[in-house]
Amino acid sequence: MRRWRYFGYRLAFALPVVFGILVLNFFLIQLAPGDAASVLAGESGAASPEYTAMLREKFGLDRPLLEQFWAYIGNALQFNLGYSFRNDSPVFELILARLGPTLLLMLTAFGAALTLGTALGVLAAVARNSWRDALISVVTLICYATPVFWLGLMLIVVFSVNLNWLPTSGFENIAEGYEGWERWVDIGRHLIMPGTALGLFYLALYTRVMRASMLEQTGMDYVTTARAKGQTERKIVFGHMLRNAFLPVLTMAGVQAGNLIGGSVVVETVFGWPGLGTLAFNALQSRDLNLLLGIFFISASLVVIINLVVELLTITLDPRIQA
Amino acid sequence: MRAALKRFARNRMAVLGACVIGVVALLTALSPLLYPAGAFTLAGPPLQPPGMRYLLGTDALGRDVAAGVVAGARTSLLIGLSAALSAVLFGSLIGALAGYYRGATDIVLMRLTEFFQTIPAFLLAMLLVVILSPSVLSVIIAISAVSWPGIARLVRGEFVALGGREFVLASIGLGASGPRIIFRHLLPNCVSAIIAVGSLLVASAILLESGLAFLGLGDPNVMSWGLLISAGRVTLRSAWWVCTFPGIAILLTVLSINLIGDGLNEALNPRLRER
Repeated sequence: MRRWRYFGYRLAFALPVVFGILVLNFFLIQLAPGDAASVLAGESGAASPEYTAMLREKFGLDRPLLEQFWAYIGNALQFNLGYSFRNDSPVFELILARLGPTLLLMLTAFGAALTLGTALGVLAAVARNSWRDALISVVTLICYATPVFWLGLMLIVVFSVNLNWLPTSGFENIAEGYEGWERWVDIGRHLIMPGTALGLFYLALYTRVMRASMLEQTGMDYVTTARAKGQTERKIVFGHMLRNAFLPVLTMAGVQAGNLIGGSVVVETVFGWPGLGTLAFNALQSRDLNLLLGIFFISASLVVIINLVVELLTITLDPRIQA
Repeated sequence: MRAALKRFARNRMAVLGACVIGVVALLTALSPLLYPAGAFTLAGPPLQPPGMRYLLGTDALGRDVAAGVVAGARTSLLIGLSAALSAVLFGSLIGALAGYYRGATDIVLMRLTEFFQTIPAFLLAMLLVVILSPSVLSVIIAISAVSWPGIARLVRGEFVALGGREFVLASIGLGASGPRIIFRHLLPNCVSAIIAVGSLLVASAILLESGLAFLGLGDPNVMSWGLLISAGRVTLRSAWWVCTFPGIAILLTVLSINLIGDGLNEALNPRLRER
């Protein structure tokens, strides 16, 4: 029960973060050159004067700054994030339509990186100072230094241009008109390269953390006890150490959730993946600041939610955590 | 200090990293001699493959890729170092204030730090560059604005650990002011930890800069590795070399700085190794 109180405590911290993002957004609108109404209308000059006047009215831009602030917060909390002229659609609807592919890409990369990273970390720690450990640490060091967008381009050169194994870009092959199971296989084929490009950095990160965390556990008393009881090494590693060593990796995964979204912006741009990242890139090209702010708000809220899920997982795995 | 240098020199990977960075810095210094015409001028026919005449080939506009890579090194090092330095200064200040004064100051500053750690850093950096309009300075501001939280938490932790030590209590007893204790007594004790983490920040700053430049958010008048790669994307199918070499440059530079950072960490904080 006290664990749930702890979770409630974390939840109470999450809400001010969402509020803080709105404050930051409002501050950024003020910082942007030009009138706030034209910023909210997107690309300068694209909006009609009537619409700009309507915006001024709705967001109270002729009123004092503090009133403007509350109007902005009130609108945003009702998911009224403004209108994108370039896309001729409300910002929130645009974002909602693109959320699915981004979540699919992020969760695939994240899940694969977490599973493989944990496995490689265990492998490296168990075979410490062997050639396997050395190989794993060299590969992680390289993955750790590779820019994701460049990795994506190189994957395209090798696997699409030269070997012709995988499609270069997009979400699915609409022209083929696949349905049901075949459609998912097709999407999966499109997902392989972006997922790899996005996930490899995190794979390296989790491997490093898991290895260090496993090595830290080796000296613990409970490991000595288990060994004294005559348990097999396999059982000690998988039955006892794995769960304890996994906790720091999970914490790290929560901390890195924000960066995962940033990485997916770049990866989606490279592979023409129709998610939030491509939307952000297009907004960038047309300097549609309001759409960018909306994407920022939604993805930051997404990070807050991911953090809460990670928190929930942590308290399930580690019953010692209490408020 | 000499002992630390010796420990650093014994770490072969760190020395290798230092050598690579030395070569990159040397190339940057020699670039006016090597490529006096600059990276934006036409050097020959477009899309020449790498060879004797053009070491790394030419791009779709006939610009020498090697000249671009050398010019990009200067940009990356400049932006990486300045952004990391300002992030370290700002982060240290926030961490020092939170760790020294504790109480309400601590709570407010640490909530702020956690907030900046939670929000998607790359998106915030993108927004800042768009709003400030792309230039070398705005890229530096944007990168440091998203890079300081780690340093702030580190310095706060060190301050909290040092807070009750005798030399601090003695300074308070002698009537030293808060700023004097912070800057003369506590911060110098954190320098080795700050250097180790700060050097890794240079690497992540270079990666961030290349990502921003790739999305077209770099200074349009300054050659950079990210810009080269984004320009080479169009000809990816026919001319792989335009994208490949600047990427290898980023990879080698970031890898080397990470190796140096690990080496510095081991050399300056030897106690950490025993843990």
